[in-house]
Amino acid sequence: MATAATLPTTSAVPRQISRKARRAAWTRRILIGLAFLLTALFLLVPVAVIFQQAFARGVPTFWANITHPETLHAIWLTVLVALIVVPINAFFGLCAAWAIAKFQFRGKKLLIALIELPFSISPIVAGVAYLMVYGSRGIFGPWLEEHGLQVMFALPGIVLVTLFVTCPFIARQVLVLMQSQGVDEEEASLSLGAGGFKTFLYVTLPNLKWALIYGVILCNARAMGEYGAVSVVSGQIRGQTNTLPLQVDLLYHDYNAAGAFAAASVLAVLALITLAVKTIVEIRSRTE
Amino acid sequence: MKRTFLALAFAAAAGVAAASAFPAQAQDRAPSEILNVSYDIARELYASLNPVFAEHWQEKTGQSIEVKQSHGGSSRQARAIMEGLQADVVTFNQVTDVQVLADEGLVREDWQSALPHNASPYYSLPAFLVREGNPKNIRDWSDLARDDVQVIFPNPKTSGNARYTYLAAYAFGLEQNGNDDAKAREFVGQVLGNVPVFDTGGRGATTTFVERGIGDVLITFEAEVYGIQREYGEDKYDVVVPSMSLLAEFPVAVVDRVADRRGSRQVAEEYLNFLYSPQAQEILAQFSNRVRDPDVAAKYADQFPEVRLVTVEDVFGGWDQAQKEHFADGGSFDQIFGRRR
Repeated sequence: MATAATLPTTSAVPRQISRKARRAAWTRRILIGLAFLLTALFLLVPVAVIFQQAFARGVPTFWANITHPETLHAIWLTVLVALIVVPINAFFGLCAAWAIAKFQFRGKKLLIALIELPFSISPIVAGVAYLMVYGSRGIFGPWLEEHGLQVMFALPGIVLVTLFVTCPFIARQVLVLMQSQGVDEEEASLSLGAGGFKTFLYVTLPNLKWALIYGVILCNARAMGEYGAVSVVSGQIRGQTNTLPLQVDLLYHDYNAAGAFAAASVLAVLALITLAVKTIVEIRSRTE
Repeated sequence: MKRTFLALAFAAAAGVAAASAFPAQAQDRAPSEILNVSYDIARELYASLNPVFAEHWQEKTGQSIEVKQSHGGSSRQARAIMEGLQADVVTFNQVTDVQVLADEGLVREDWQSALPHNASPYYSLPAFLVREGNPKNIRDWSDLARDDVQVIFPNPKTSGNARYTYLAAYAFGLEQNGNDDAKAREFVGQVLGNVPVFDTGGRGATTTFVERGIGDVLITFEAEVYGIQREYGEDKYDVVVPSMSLLAEFPVAVVDRVADRRGSRQVAEEYLNFLYSPQAQEILAQFSNRVRDPDVAAKYADQFPEVRLVTVEDVFGGWDQAQKEHFADGGSFDQIFGRRR
């Protein structure tokens, strides 16, 4: 009995392990398969459908839709807004992150919370809030109207709300890195006689390069894709204040699905380019 | 690196400043463009009308004019104008949305009598879109109450389009039952009971009917029914115009406060008058709108089956009262719909 009992136990251990290993391998395969399936269903298929629908009525129709003056203007406006918003946010983000990471002062936590505020506020609320400030019945509205300054329902309004919505992206990216780096290198640079500018240019900025670029990319993607806040303050004047996301929505509501998907495909291409640049940056920052 | 950043930041700031300064300058000159703020499915219509008007204006005054367009749900558009959207004229699909602007003092109080036909150069009515060959044989409002028919239209609480449908069905119910309100409500209740899903807006209801394939009949404006047919295939859907329906006006008005400030009154008024001209009426008719000009209406008579129209004023005592009695909280819609649930 004793011998009979010991035999199975000795051989059972490796068998159990191999069964466990096999089960683990299966779990792995199923999980990976599920991940791919879900990615395909939730990401790949919708993106593919955009292009399929855009070209559904032939390349000439697609081209005519893209080169329609209103759609071209929407593309230009979207790029213009990003070109204005991203540099301002980069500058502001660097300043804010610098102040928070390198100095001690009262209200620091409050400043961090304020920078992150747009993350927790719905864009549509942000849009309405700006209307209440700069709209013709808002706080500064009557004054602006008196001086013939159109802020809401014009480019400045679109830029303002986009700035608001995208302001945390660069500051957050840079801040995290700055905090982990501390001030040692800057102090060394300063103690060796370099000035403030020189220290910033040759010590701080190179350290931050990748975080900054990464933040710029995220900020850019958000700026070009923003719908909610912009839709409130744009006034949707075709060929004037219509950004690409709004143009997609309007064409769709016009029963012009082909036009809507053509415009959407431009937006998707812009997003894919952003994604490609982001991936390249990630790879290069890792190798450096 | 830093220099580039600073340069970019300055360029951006300059850009914003320049952009805010330009409109101010433009206002001092005679306007070379006006803004028409309109309802959401009229883009193609006005894109066809505007160049013809520009030609007309050029001939008349020798000046060039560009009419810019903004389209969206008309209540939302009215709201944006109150908040400062610089609309010279509005061309809406809801009388109440122009009235809101009048109440705010942006549009003159007597705007409806400023232009012929209640300031509505064209009109439409709720009609039916059925699946090819009309398999359920839906001909009139009474068919919508049948047990085997599924009806699609948006929620009357959130959609102006659906308020027309609801009131048209209600008016039909009153007519059929000798103005017996209880029986009319019962009829409307049966129709509401056949609606499987209430979308918030007209576009959502269209998606439900066309893309999800739910329901036997979609109810929306006749002008829109033809647009849906054009986009999704004429052979897949048939249009059915019921025996009676509710007049849906498309009111237009000059936004006086903006027009006076920009000095665009003359061109704005001419633009609205132009909508009544045979030339414009012809284009309007081609986009499935019923028009006022007798000659143009006669020319396109084939396109528009005869229908007896009643008005919200005659049956329900105007939109204000209809809103209070039927769509406000606790109104007839809530009572009928709540009872069914």
